[in-house]
Amino acid sequence: MNSPVVAPSRAATVDDAGRVDQAMRGFLAEIGSGAALAMEACVHCGRCAEACHFYVQTGDPRYTPIHKIAPLRQAYQREVGPFAFAYRLFGLTPRVTAGQLATWQDLIYDSCNMCGRCSLICPMGIDIAGLVEQARHGMFDAGLAPADYLGVLAEKEHATGSPFGLTRAQFRDMLHQVGRTHDVVMHVDEPRADIVPTVSSVDLKTYPASMAAIAKILNHMGAAWTFRTDGFDADNASLTAGDRAGQRAITLSIVRAAMECGAGTVVMPECGHSFTEMRWEAANTFGRSLPFRVLQITELLAEGLADGRIRVNRVAQTATYHDACQLSRRGGATAAPRVVLHALGIDVREMADSGDTGWCCGGGGGVALIKRAQALRAHAFEIKRRQVEATGADTMYTSCSGCRQTLDHGGKSVNWTTTVASLLELVAANLKD
Amino acid sequence: MTMLEIARGPAMQVSILIMVGGIGWRLAGILLLRRRPQRAAPRHGFVRRICGGLSAILSRFIPRRTFRRGTAVSVVLSAVFHLGLAVVLFGGAPHILLIRQITGLTWPGLPKGIVVMASGLTLASMIALLVRRMTHPVLRLLSTVDDYLSWLVVFLPVFTGILLSGETIGGYATLLSLHILSVELLLVWLPFGKLMHGLLVFAGRGAMGVTFARKGAAT
Ligand code: SF4
Ligand code: SF4
Repeated sequence: MNSPVVAPSRAATVDDAGRVDQAMRGFLAEIGSGAALAMEACVHCGRCAEACHFYVQTGDPRYTPIHKIAPLRQAYQREVGPFAFAYRLFGLTPRVTAGQLATWQDLIYDSCNMCGRCSLICPMGIDIAGLVEQARHGMFDAGLAPADYLGVLAEKEHATGSPFGLTRAQFRDMLHQVGRTHDVVMHVDEPRADIVPTVSSVDLKTYPASMAAIAKILNHMGAAWTFRTDGFDADNASLTAGDRAGQRAITLSIVRAAMECGAGTVVMPECGHSFTEMRWEAANTFGRSLPFRVLQITELLAEGLADGRIRVNRVAQTATYHDACQLSRRGGATAAPRVVLHALGIDVREMADSGDTGWCCGGGGGVALIKRAQALRAHAFEIKRRQVEATGADTMYTSCSGCRQTLDHGGKSVNWTTTVASLLELVAANLKD
Repeated sequence: MTMLEIARGPAMQVSILIMVGGIGWRLAGILLLRRRPQRAAPRHGFVRRICGGLSAILSRFIPRRTFRRGTAVSVVLSAVFHLGLAVVLFGGAPHILLIRQITGLTWPGLPKGIVVMASGLTLASMIALLVRRMTHPVLRLLSTVDDYLSWLVVFLPVFTGILLSGETIGGYATLLSLHILSVELLLVWLPFGKLMHGLLVFAGRGAMGVTFARKGAAT
């Protein structure tokens, strides 16, 4: 029997049997009627495979979406489902084993971007991405999250509030440094503000200009705004790793920081998962409705362009747009970037699959942070490359730094000539004086 | 008591009892689990959310354009099977008579030729679906005993029904008894396996549609 690969920090704490128990508890902790309905309804038609880039590109049946959560279904059927007693009594469904958890580690993590494309095809309306998120809770609790970047960043985020372990002082210094470099006034830890923007760790590490872009646009709007060092990093690697406690801590730190300065709007950065978390889950975590609005940056841009607070020069360019799955399909913010592109006068050439049916970049769901998933990511990139090239556009804008980074890496590996760029930075560079 | 009397009497009563009890138990087991709260401010109001649920229920019968090529075989075979079964069930004169006896409702039956053709297509699609399940790598991986058992308990009434309509072999009473008993077997299995999707499909699609419409996302 193969043993699961355990995160080094958790290796010594418990044996395989204990690990299976931890996984089972994590799997079942949050099974409600929605998840139960989803697991009861599957008719094993296999159509979901045709929506998933990993199956479509490899033809490997293991990448069939519903198969990726098989241990979760097994645990549910045996312990929670309406006929659980019969499944146990007659031994119809065996206990999940350590060997199974080992086999499913790469299916639950490496080969699922939680992009939700499969839920669009399922004739039973099953939200498989949501089930994968629940399955990751069990895997994380058992110490079975990928031990490289994703696991390490999530652990650090849980401990410090930042996946890179940035302290408040370091973040403050970084913001002022970005302000000086880009000649833009930064507001940091103001006691009162209407708008609180947040950042993604990908921006902190790779695209700091996007933080300057947010500042420049908010200054242009004449908004009372501030970054808050007590709730700045929206990235939430914990969410994709399956660490519920870390996810909760990150989310609540942003909620509290925004409340502390009386903000009416929290703006999420160019980042997919952080948006769905803050827009759709934070209120559940907080226990009541949030006392502020949550907007993704493209929604703020679209709103500002519509009411005249943002004025832009027109850009004569042909481009295509990559929808981050969490913003469009999972988050409902599909229209906003198109409003922005239209206001800029861009000739948008949509890909064959765009908006709600767009293909994932391959990096979502933390997969970009799993080293061993590199070959799988390349498969996903291949679909994107084909669809982008078919548009004839030489620039692709996106509103997610994670997608941008994944597509940048994918492009470099094949010497791609298409430029991947940030929609936010495009707006900031074309503000009217 | 003859076999036909048993099939029409106690066997029917017991199978209906098991079916109703089983469905109730299974639905209760799902619905009585706690429901996750949805506290985020919805993007759309109540009416749009309900419309999202209804549109998901209807629109999922036909896949989105981008998925059509990949799912064509599965969609066509399953459509032929379901529609064929519906034609036989609600268009065949003996079934209409039975429904009238139970509910008092009635409607004109379809010509026998059409019903015979529909049952032939249903049978053929079922065989094709079975072959596909046993040969397609994805379906082989996903399939469980439930898939094959559910296939069998649907196949038997279709098959005995065809034999009955042609009165090809055996006496009428024997064939009718076998047909009724095979339907009863289906009723008994219905709550415990995937045949429950006949009910769960509406709940599943509807719940997903409402949840995604709340977010303003595609349903
Ligand atoms: S959520 Fe996306 S990556 Fe995951 S199984 Fe579904 S289609 Fe594949
Ligand atoms: S498409 Fe839906 S019903 Fe069909 S196998 Fe996948 S999850 Fe199950």
